[in-house]
Amino acid sequence: MGFKTTLLGQTFSFKTVKEVLAKANEEKSGDVLAGIAAGSAAERVAAKYVLSRLTLNELRNNPVVPYETDAVTRLIDDNLDREVFSAISNWTVAELREYILDDHTPGQALVGLSRGLTSEMVAAVTKIMSNMDLIVGAGKINIQATANTTIGVPGALASRLQPNHPTDSVAGILASAEEGLSYGVGDAVIGINPVEDSVDNISRILEALHELKNYWQIPTQICVLAHVTTQMEALRRGVPCDLVFQSLAGTEAANRSFGITVPLLEEACELAKNKGTAAGNNVMYFETGQGSELSSHSHHGADQLTLEARCYGLARHFNPFLVNTVVGFIGPEYLYDGRQVIRAGLEDHFMGKLSGLPMGVDACYTNHMKMDQNDLENLAVLLSAAGVNYFMGIPMGDDVMLNYQCTSYHDIASLRGVLGLKPLPAFEKWLEKMGLMQNGRLTRRAGDPSIFQRSRVGRVVS
Amino acid sequence: MKYRHHIPAPQDSAYLQQLLQATPARIGVWRSGTRPLTCDLLKFRADHAAAQDSVNGTVSEELLAGLDLPVLQTMVRDKDEYLTRPDLGRKLSTTGKAYFQQSTSEKRQVQLIISDGLSAQAIEANLSDFLPAFQLGLAYYRISCHRPVFVKYGRVRLLEDVATVVAAEVFVILIGERPGLVTAKSMSAYLVYQPTADTMDADYLVLSNIYSGGTPPVEAAAQLARMVNHVIQVKSSGVSLKLITLKE
Repeated sequence: MGFKTTLLGQTFSFKTVKEVLAKANEEKSGDVLAGIAAGSAAERVAAKYVLSRLTLNELRNNPVVPYETDAVTRLIDDNLDREVFSAISNWTVAELREYILDDHTPGQALVGLSRGLTSEMVAAVTKIMSNMDLIVGAGKINIQATANTTIGVPGALASRLQPNHPTDSVAGILASAEEGLSYGVGDAVIGINPVEDSVDNISRILEALHELKNYWQIPTQICVLAHVTTQMEALRRGVPCDLVFQSLAGTEAANRSFGITVPLLEEACELAKNKGTAAGNNVMYFETGQGSELSSHSHHGADQLTLEARCYGLARHFNPFLVNTVVGFIGPEYLYDGRQVIRAGLEDHFMGKLSGLPMGVDACYTNHMKMDQNDLENLAVLLSAAGVNYFMGIPMGDDVMLNYQCTSYHDIASLRGVLGLKPLPAFEKWLEKMGLMQNGRLTRRAGDPSIFQRSRVGRVVS
Repeated sequence: MKYRHHIPAPQDSAYLQQLLQATPARIGVWRSGTRPLTCDLLKFRADHAAAQDSVNGTVSEELLAGLDLPVLQTMVRDKDEYLTRPDLGRKLSTTGKAYFQQSTSEKRQVQLIISDGLSAQAIEANLSDFLPAFQLGLAYYRISCHRPVFVKYGRVRLLEDVATVVAAEVFVILIGERPGLVTAKSMSAYLVYQPTADTMDADYLVLSNIYSGGTPPVEAAAQLARMVNHVIQVKSSGVSLKLITLKE
């Protein structure tokens, strides 16, 4: 097998589908680090041409990690809707792109189509799409999910309140949480990244969040983002927990390096449904991010975009409430600068939506990257225009525990204002009841966390 | 002490003071429309500038000499290569390997590595408090320890390469964390039980946020010694350790 094409008077040849996929990627430092990136701008475009002519059937028959050796490949292929797939198996990737973008293709049709796509197909079409294509395509797809409230409502931009603290101080967590709530942040989830991954510690935090949520009757979800096994043990002890979190990767080996397997996640999902405190059936929260497979030496020579698509193929098996890429957290060896992070953020969001997921984005950067708050704000506006379900909300965008920067409480309010978006409906009603929002805009009260002094409940809640 | 904030007329000033005291996060900042005030916006940019600059710093020779630490290097040649080639930061240089092969023959229980990682300032700020306290802690548990070594441009999984030339049960690395805006002085300690070619991220135990505003270095040293003692007893670290302790 092999592929040849002539472009700009030069002939390019590729040995495998996997090589075509890798070289068709927009430039990423992680693919260069893996030694699989295109060697020139012309070779990159030549690979895109070849990829655009491949059929979906060829992509299904050539997963980047073989069916026999990888549980993620097996899960994705076994879950493929055969009927949907057989109707499109002869389409080329170019035809798939144009079908997605066609005005006559409604978003609902894309949701149906997604069941007939493997992650390699999702990745392939992404590689031949421009940034604007990715915005237009993702913008058509609405994916809803329900835990205590429903996310993915058209016209809404939700937010994860992320009030982390460097020593897991409950008082410190609540201080940042109350400031965030006063800016209208926290409708997707109130979620803490703990410093110490122990059952006792996360139970203490979950109890405090549960009490905050109940005291003020906040229509939202709570979660502590410890390892899944820690949360499972907390659930078994009867600790209140709405969503069970886990980081995912796109290969079986990379997931093993995270200490997870498919059966373990299935067990966690069942436990969350049976013992968790969420009312609805979407009870999982997953985070992903390009490059994690290479960082654990489990990428099998595949490119980071295709592996990221496979995370979404894995995630959808569990009908999650939240999925977000943490684009920009992993470092310059995978995404070098603001330009690469913006591209990756748009790619991940589109791929998540095309995989049928209620997709959010942790638009972020670290201090050893060539990126700053301006790049991040650009990405946030682009994603909001593309219909992203949620962002993170952090005091001034500065996470004092994870030591990285992402979207701020102010950014959430600004994005809603600029693009005419609203909080999730139940949360908006709650904000109105608290006197923090009126006609979709923050009131003069907003931004003052001291309104959450609990002995003053009678004065605040009408 | 009264904490600064910019909220013009807080509903409950005393409660606001409690909140400000509880976290180093940037709260009580107020807004102009939906945007931050100018002073907070510029403070943020100043802190980001400091963090970017600290990534490029180096640990002083005086500190390392004062603690009597041999200085080795990974296969990384400079800071730029360090940032884009983590694979090279996980391997000792030829000279580094030779040092261990010549100096350590007998087996001891712990090998401690110290590396600048992404923040030289983190090592500068914490190491002189941490190191003697950690050594005392190990002595308390009667745990034997090889001579600690500084390795420039290291990554956490450098421990797996060190384990190929050092006979020990537990390998520990103290490493400068990626600087945040609150501090560029935060250090992490990772430990792993007898790493091999099959070792994975989940096999590591971590103690992070070691600095004066997080877990202070002396306290962290005692905690780490306790963790090392536990790992030696159960002969496992990371997620597999958690599963073992959950079953107990």
